[in-house]
Amino acid sequence: MATAKTDSGFQALARRLMPFVTGIGMILVWYGICMSLSADQRFLLPTPHEVARAFVEKGPALWSAALNTGGGALIGFGLAVGLSFLFALFLSLSPLVRASFYPYLMILQMTPIIVIAPILILWVGPGLKSVVIITFLICFFPMVVNTTQGLISTDRNLVAFFTMCKATRWQEILLLRVPAALPYFFTGLRIAATLAPIGAIVGDYIAGNSAGGQGGLGFLTIIYSSQFQMGALFATAAVGCLLGFVFVAGVIALSWLALHKWHDSFSQSDT
Amino acid sequence: MIEENPLPIVELRDVDKRYGDGPLILDKITFSAKRGDFITLIGPSGCGKSTILKLISGLNPISSGRIVVDGLEPRNAVEKLAFVFQEPTLLPWRTVAQNVEVPLRLHGSDPKLRDEVVGKSLALVGLADRKDYYPRQLSGGQKMRVSIARALSVSPRILLLDEPFGALDEMTRDHLNEELLAIRQQLAWTAFFVTHSVSEAVFLSNRIIVLSANPGRVHSEVRVEFPYPRTEETRESAGFQKMVAEVSKILRSVERLH
Repeated sequence: MATAKTDSGFQALARRLMPFVTGIGMILVWYGICMSLSADQRFLLPTPHEVARAFVEKGPALWSAALNTGGGALIGFGLAVGLSFLFALFLSLSPLVRASFYPYLMILQMTPIIVIAPILILWVGPGLKSVVIITFLICFFPMVVNTTQGLISTDRNLVAFFTMCKATRWQEILLLRVPAALPYFFTGLRIAATLAPIGAIVGDYIAGNSAGGQGGLGFLTIIYSSQFQMGALFATAAVGCLLGFVFVAGVIALSWLALHKWHDSFSQSDT
Repeated sequence: MIEENPLPIVELRDVDKRYGDGPLILDKITFSAKRGDFITLIGPSGCGKSTILKLISGLNPISSGRIVVDGLEPRNAVEKLAFVFQEPTLLPWRTVAQNVEVPLRLHGSDPKLRDEVVGKSLALVGLADRKDYYPRQLSGGQKMRVSIARALSVSPRILLLDEPFGALDEMTRDHLNEELLAIRQQLAWTAFFVTHSVSEAVFLSNRIIVLSANPGRVHSEVRVEFPYPRTEETRESAGFQKMVAEVSKILRSVERLH
């Protein structure tokens, strides 16, 4: 890192410690707000230690809900990645194809999920299937748009070079357009990774199935909010947030594997 | 080195080019190249020098007239040609060696042969020890060398170079000019070279074709008689300096035309 060389040791240490200092500061402010609330309003904001206690007490429920939601999110996300890639390949074939399908892709994206959900419940029933489809619908659009943009943004001289080498259409796609589109693909993937857990939680909230331990974080949200369990609600939110981090971390690791050797977004300071 | 063959290897006759209903870009371009010629096209911007290379390569069709490349239409002669672009135009996700082998891979040639050719081509441009580097780890001059090695890997009979050294500093450019001529001593291709630099044109070519612009026309041809191999000493000789001054004068007069 170029910055580490210019920093003194103290500054480097401060840089590492500061996030923790701000964190502690925010917890103190949080306590302060809790203290200032009147007794009849106290239940609105649980103290940090009440949230921590809820974490322990509801641990098994939160864990199983996180697994259900995470599983649904992963399946929906995976389907969106695979199908969006194929669809983007199709869209990249010609401007005419794009003109024919883009408006409908937009319509799909603009249709509110909250309205689609009841339709899905009637079609496939509540539960995992609905959760997966809702996650898929949320992740699909950013993936398709980014990947298509990547597939049609190939350097024109490189395309001319492939033409001069008498490359077949498939060689041009597999050896040139797809690898050149990878940075765009991973941008879409990163956006979709932040949306997938949210999609799964929303899906579970409106179309989940509570029977037989199939409930996810959305289902827990319904239960805890109906019982005014504020600490548990905060803990559920934290678990949802954590799930998002896991997805994003996974995608960042994948993009590092695919791009770090050659792409400028992972450039080494010594080159 | 170069066998005498009376038939031209590339011939352009009354070639016109316009894009769609646009203005005329090239007007009745006529010239031909003998085997082993090193022809440089020079002229003001907008004279269509790069377009001529694209027409010879078959990348773009001509509007009227005739181009014959080694007895064939340009589109059917692509195997005999290699194009070196203004930019290195490398695949950033492939190493140097993997980049050089792309044309051979696309032709589906034998992997063993591929390795051999890649090794030879990289040795020619002096980058054998960089074969596992990625393009972003190379300097501008090195990237251009890889691009040339890739062009040489298909053993072309005709090399089309579109301002390949335009973005490089003068020292690197001079050096690469010398290297290019040294490689030509070993592999006898015919070259068509586009540049803005008069001294580069004089150093490399045996024939300089000066074009005028709007539309592009052949204005005149200058023959450069210095014997090959040419070296640094050629560039320092009084005769060379005089030639550069002479061609610069022609170029200025062409630029004054419009």
